[in-house]
Formats: sequence, C-alpha cells, structure tokens
Amino acid sequence: MLIKAIVIVTMIMLAAATLVYIERKLSAFIQNRIGPNRTGPFGLLQPFADVIKLFMKEDIVPTAADQRFHKIAPIISLGVAVAVYSVIPFANYIMIGTHKIFIGIAPDINIGLLFILAMTSVGVYGITLAGWSSNSKYSLLGGLRSSAQMISYELSMGLAVIGVLLVSNAFTQHNGTWLNTMSLNTLVLNQIGWRWNILLQPLGFIIFLVASFAETNRSPFDLPEAEPELVGGYNTEYTGMKFGMFFLAEYGNLATSSAFITLLYLGGWQLPIPASWLGLQDGTILLALCQFIMFLAKIILVATFFIWVRWSLPRFRYDQLMYMGWKVLLPLSLLNVVITAIVIYLLN
Amino acid sequence: MNNTKNTEAERLSFLEKIYIPEIAKGLGVTFKQMFKPKFTRQYPEEVWEPEGSYRGRPVLVQDENGERCVACGLCARVCPALAIEMQASETEKEKERYPVKFEINMLRCIFCGFCEEVCPEEAIVMSKDYHLVFTSQEEAILGKDKLLVPIEKLKDRLEYLREYK
Repeated sequence: MLIKAIVIVTMIMLAAATLVYIERKLSAFIQNRIGPNRTGPFGLLQPFADVIKLFMKEDIVPTAADQRFHKIAPIISLGVAVAVYSVIPFANYIMIGTHKIFIGIAPDINIGLLFILAMTSVGVYGITLAGWSSNSKYSLLGGLRSSAQMISYELSMGLAVIGVLLVSNAFTQHNGTWLNTMSLNTLVLNQIGWRWNILLQPLGFIIFLVASFAETNRSPFDLPEAEPELVGGYNTEYTGMKFGMFFLAEYGNLATSSAFITLLYLGGWQLPIPASWLGLQDGTILLALCQFIMFLAKIILVATFFIWVRWSLPRFRYDQLMYMGWKVLLPLSLLNVVITAIVIYLLN
Repeated sequence: MNNTKNTEAERLSFLEKIYIPEIAKGLGVTFKQMFKPKFTRQYPEEVWEPEGSYRGRPVLVQDENGERCVACGLCARVCPALAIEMQASETEKEKERYPVKFEINMLRCIFCGFCEEVCPEEAIVMSKDYHLVFTSQEEAILGKDKLLVPIEKLKDRLEYLREYK
C-alpha cells in the first residue's frame, strides 16, 4: 500500500511536470515559435529547471496576511489534487498466484465517484483561503471569483456523472450480478466492448467537459487567474515553493480531470481491441502494462485537448460564465439525467 | 442590458448560438498553425548581420597609416551623453595631431551617431557590432586598442555614408 502511494505520488509530480512541458511546447507551436529547447534535449529538463528555481526563491509572506492560512492554503490545494488519485484504476487487476492485486490504491472502493466529487469540493477551500488570507484586493477578488465558479460548475458535473452511473448500472443489472456501483473500476469494466460512454452519453460528455474546464480554472474559464484582469488572482502574493505548489496543483488538477474524462467517457484503461486478439490473458502483468500505457496515452490526448483549447478560445466574462453555469449547463444536465432515465426504463 | 435592437442574440439562429461549429473552426485554425514553419531564430548559432545603415558600436577607422583621427575634439564636444574623452598630442606624420588617449564609455553611449556625423576626417564610424557584453564597469570604458578597426571591415558603413549623407 505504501509502495503504491509513493509510486502514485511520484507519478503525479512527473505528470504535472510533463504537462507543463507539453503546454509550453504546444502553445509555442500554435504561436509559430519553438518552445524551450535549450535545457536538455528538446527542452525536456525545463520543468525540472523551473521547479529548482522555485525552490531557490525567497519565501515572502505579507505582514498583514493571515499567517496560518497563507501557509495552509497551498497544502490544501496540492493535497487534494494528489488525494484524488487514490481511487483511480490504472489498469485491470493482476493475478500473482491467487492474490488479486489492483493497480491503484483503492480503485474498487464502493464510493469511488463520490469521493472524487467530494475532494474537488474541498479543493475550493484551498483557493478561497489563499485569496482571503493574502489580504490584498486582487487576491480576494480572484479567490472569490474562483470559488464561486468552481461551486457553480460542480453541480453540472455531478449531474452529468449521474447520467454515467445510470448507464453503467443498467449494464450491471443486465448481467445479473451486483458489482460495486460507484467504484471507478466497475465504471470502466462496464464500458468493455466499445460501449464507451461518450457514444451513449454525448450530451453528458459535453457538459462534463465544459464543467471540467471550469473546475480546473482553465481557459476559457480562467478569469480568476488571468493576468491582465487580476494580476494573477489568488496566487498574487505567493512566491517560491508555495507558488510552485499552486502551480503543480493546477496541472495536477488538469491531469486529474483528464483522467476522469477518460475513465467516465472514453473507456478508461481499455484497449480498443479485445485483449484476446493480442493473445494476452486477463490478469497478466503484460496486459496490465498495455492497459496502463493506453490509459496514459488517453490522458495525454485529453490533456492536449485542454491545452489546445486554452490557446484558441477567448476568455469568458465573469457574468457570462455564471450565466452559463446556472442557466445553461444546469438545465441541460438535468435534461440529460431525465432523458437517460427514460431511455433506460423504456429499453428494460 | 436594455437595448433590444438587433443584438447578436437575436440575429443568430438557435444552432448558431451554441457556437460549437465556431469553436471547432477556431480549433482547426490553431491546429493548422502547429504545422506551419516557426519563426524563431536560434540566436548564438544563427546571428543576424545588419545592413549598412545600422548604427552599432562606434569605432575608430584604421587605414594603412594608423588611425585617421586627428584629435580635433569635435566628437567629444557634440556627444549628447558625454561618452567620449580624448587627449591630443603631436606626431611626425602628415596629420601632425593624434589622440594619445581616446576613450568611449559604452555605458554612456546612446548610439546616436552624432560623433560620426560631425567628424571631419571620417575617422569614427558606427560599426555593425551589437554583441556588447561587459562584466564590470571598468571593462565598459573602451580604450583605443579596442576601438581601432581596420577599414576593410567598415566598408558597408562607409559606403552608406557616402551615398546618403
């Protein structure tokens, strides 16, 4: 268990660093320039250089700031970004002898999905505390805007997820056995055989995608941290490694959201072809490795899509953002749940 | 939000208001840009050579008889930033005067080119050199040894001066 935890935390840090690198290179290519290419071959060591630089910087805390919360806020953000990974399944189980080992810390837990929604809600605390405790008008506005935005879009996200649960549950009952209903492993298992939820729940997919953009504070919903608008929003007063933790938390959240989108809608760790075509048995390490690599590839694709959208679309104004969250996405997600329920009832 | 005349919301059809085709078109444009050529110049390997009209670092012209400068003091007088300092002395050559000390303080120089314009002998010109790196203030005060440049290297600038000034 401890080994798994250490491996997963290391992986998250590497994933955040990789995403930073991909973002810089991809944004450079979109803007007709080359990204970092001096540190290491093709600039691969650039994120590590950034992290080392952040460690070396002086840690300034404003004297009028609330000292305790100023220090705790980045810890909450980063802690939540990492904690969510405990319920993500990276591959199907491995059989070593008669021992079933799950890849992931607790992917089969019965409340997997609820845990994720809960942890993203706790993540709002990190940003709100950061904005409040910095005792500066830009931070306060940025923090409040960000937390309002995250709370509004969590609702639509939760309702879109309910659609996925309904669909997944329908298949579970069809098989006649009751598996753990909200565990992420079950959700992925129920998508075996090209029953990917993106095809069964297109509206839910779009709603979840848009809500994910808003949850991670990424363009086009990045008003809380947009430089021309708010000088940096909630992380204005943060320097050195505390800023580094917010930075890592943002890219960690990006990786987490990509992981959810692939788990819930794109079939998780499944290979596009049945494993028997490759001659691999269920439960072997080789198959688990293939599935793991597939999962990573899908996450990188979705994260690339996030980055691509950031550099293509203009930013939402704050009132347009709130309008969309409450008056457009919430009714649409309710509609999605109702339609899904009706279709499942009629087909059963 | 009271104007009800022809707002965008009223002009667009329902399908257009969702903006998804527009978003997709925008994403397509960005995607295509990824494969177009990049405009970055890899600096230390690819260096930009300026034109003759470029005003770089001021240098003293050196032809077959040594420097052309006669230490008249006009460039030091006209320099707006007071960057030039010189000390004249006698010599046996035909020009009879030469600068025994000639210093340009690069930290004061503003690269305006007045010294080049006012010189009666065409002895000080603005070269093409822009790679100026100094590691201390003393190093930035260039003496005659660093300022003398053979005339072959300054041909572009001298040609430009002949044609345009």
